[in-house]
Amino acid sequence: METLNTKVNEVKTSKTVKITGAEAVIKCLLAEGVDLAYGYPGGAIMPVYDEIYKYQDQFHHVLTRHEQGAIHAAQGFARVTGKVGMVFATSGPGATNLVTGIADAQIDSTPLVCITGQVGSHLLGSDAFQETDIIGISTPVTKWNYQVTKASEIPEIIAKAFYIAKSGRPGPVLIDITKDAQFGELDYSYKKCEKVRSYKAVPKLNIEKVKEAAELINSAKKPFIVWGQGVILGGAEQEFKKFIEKTNIPSACTGLGLSALETAHPLHVGMVGMHGNYAPNVLTNSCDVLIAIGMRFDDRVTGNLATYAKQAKVIHFEIDPAEVDKNVKTDIAVIADVKETLTKIMQFVDKGEHKEWMTAFDKLYQIEVNEVINDQLNPTKQGLTMGEVLGGINKETNGDAIIVSDVGQHQMFAWRYANFVKTRSNVTSGGLGTMGFALPAAIGAKMGAPDREVVAIIGDGGYQMTCNELGTILQTKAAVKIVVLNNSYLGMVRQWQELFFDKRYASTEMVSPNFVKLAEAYDIEAVKVSKREDLAGAIKTMMASKEAYFLEVVIEQEDNIFPMIPTGASVSDIRLS
Amino acid sequence: MEENKNFTVSVYTENNIGILNRLSAIFLKRHINIESMTVSKSEIEHVHRFTFVVIVPETLIRKVVLQLEKQIEVIGAYYHTEDEIIYHETALFKISSEHLYDDKIQDKMKFRRAHIISITERWFVIEASGLKEDIDNMYEKLKPFGLLQFVRSGRIAITKPKMAISEILAEIN
Ligand SMILES: Cc1ncc(C[n+]2csc(CCOP(=O)(O)OP(=O)(O)O)c2C)c(N)n1
Ligand SMILES: [Mg+2]
Repeated sequence: METLNTKVNEVKTSKTVKITGAEAVIKCLLAEGVDLAYGYPGGAIMPVYDEIYKYQDQFHHVLTRHEQGAIHAAQGFARVTGKVGMVFATSGPGATNLVTGIADAQIDSTPLVCITGQVGSHLLGSDAFQETDIIGISTPVTKWNYQVTKASEIPEIIAKAFYIAKSGRPGPVLIDITKDAQFGELDYSYKKCEKVRSYKAVPKLNIEKVKEAAELINSAKKPFIVWGQGVILGGAEQEFKKFIEKTNIPSACTGLGLSALETAHPLHVGMVGMHGNYAPNVLTNSCDVLIAIGMRFDDRVTGNLATYAKQAKVIHFEIDPAEVDKNVKTDIAVIADVKETLTKIMQFVDKGEHKEWMTAFDKLYQIEVNEVINDQLNPTKQGLTMGEVLGGINKETNGDAIIVSDVGQHQMFAWRYANFVKTRSNVTSGGLGTMGFALPAAIGAKMGAPDREVVAIIGDGGYQMTCNELGTILQTKAAVKIVVLNNSYLGMVRQWQELFFDKRYASTEMVSPNFVKLAEAYDIEAVKVSKREDLAGAIKTMMASKEAYFLEVVIEQEDNIFPMIPTGASVSDIRLS
Repeated sequence: MEENKNFTVSVYTENNIGILNRLSAIFLKRHINIESMTVSKSEIEHVHRFTFVVIVPETLIRKVVLQLEKQIEVIGAYYHTEDEIIYHETALFKISSEHLYDDKIQDKMKFRRAHIISITERWFVIEASGLKEDIDNMYEKLKPFGLLQFVRSGRIAITKPKMAISEILAEIN
């Protein structure tokens, strides 16, 4: 840092001007192409907010109703744009309120830069008012964090933060800036960061490994691809599609991989995992070569590892060396940027044909249709199903909408039944499973993709964790469509209680307020539907609205989400009921 | 169950505040007890070196080392078995001076890399160094004389295989 200190820069060059640290923060963000941030002010970050005020014609700040809302909004923005999401919060409670979102972004590899204010550096460690050790607290859940105590450090540290957040496997970065560093002056000049000497963002591709992988793929009789969010994060959707179309390999995705390939693609055989599709889960244990692309074998994907794809040779295309052999032992690993890997491998793979093997998927899919999907999409029971709501939304949006889901049964229904035609359309909290994620994330998603419809699918439980963000919608006019699937239960937990705890419904029954009135209090048009004949019309009206809209659908109370791989069971022991 | 073994983990890092927290958090997450730890400069200017000793299965330490290495400010992380390293530990024993001329104590010290480094009227201090077992032995032998204080350093280790830190730094820059 010493090279940047004021002494060295005292010799004025035409490029440097003396400004405060707080102003430098905004100038650095503008230099990074960031003109939108989410946040919440407070004492320790006030100098920066004062600059936000002064720069308001160039820099836009969205005031949320809680710091958790700010960070989830930034996540939603980052997920749909691929850009870095930007968050501000004050010290102490402001900073700690970010922690859930930081952890969420870390486990789902979402690029964020969070800037928190901190007490003056002379007060550090003295238990000053609103002092909290946010560096210590956030260390295990950030890709990188740093405490700035001198104004002169700001440009270099912000440049580094952006480089680290978005390069390689993306993730959240937190910069904690003491108040004196915000007030202090520096000679400002900005240079983007292109490398950090101790950090290798993208490992070098080993072409021999690519050849080995191609050979194994060419010789496979029953190859099977499972792709994850890596395909989206690596911007490799087109390369991925070319690769599977040349090799004709049936391909399934993880929850976060959804939308990288359009749902209707003939080689898209569904989703793997706990509530994934029947065929890809069962046939994971029949394939001879398993090709994992940009995914990390999460336990919700693999079920019991001891019985996961034991018969198969495993190929892993992955950017993060720490993910290779972490959960599943691979036979060939290509540790590199996925786009580069998929581009390079094209010249080594043969055109493939796997008709008979594909038929195995079709057969099992039919079983799932008959035993599960039909009952959801065209139910005969009286109560409304979550599946039919998703079906109705598909019809109105032609799959063109960004679907933001919260956490619970409705999330699994959204993942299973939403129809995707464009990438970056499934915004959800996957690795952390953060209830309360969807409403604020939808606000950020809408701001990131203003020309697209954004539909948030939320449970009655999760909605009440962050429905304060209706205030943000009121203030910003973000035109998000909010769909609350109300089953009067913390449904996912209730389902486990039903299946594994003899129906002892401990604290999962939920009494909710009048959601329609609540939305109306925020000037949002709102409708509640409890009859099947009203559903399609209500969805149509909602999608036709140009403004924010609230739709509550009363769902059959004790409906369950199936298929399901019970914890500890094998993927091939997935239950249909 | 795979057997637990002694591993010496060497981590080369930038010299920044907070790195220790970041590294120990990774051991913590995996519920691994750190047997000993030493932090010092390394052979490369501005590069620090952490030496951890842990007792875990090899498949686990391999994953942990990759997760350590993944941290932005870590330049390189390695693990080694006991026979891949040359290592050393040091201990200090403070004992009451009534035992100073006790032949038994003099005997104990004869065969070890141990010597007296300070003497006062009331107490004296023995320094001993060597392998972990040497110090364990010395501890057992001196304990009967009543230890007023005992302290032992973390392990320091030089590895026989090369750790190519300069090459890594050259490659990125
Ligand atoms: C912040 C947080 N707390 C607790 C949980 C545990 N949990 C997972 S799903 C769920 C129930 C969600 O209920 P609701 O939002 O009504 O959705 P439903 O399952 O009924 O569709 C709970 C409590 C969680 N994922 N996140
Ligand atoms: Mg519910």
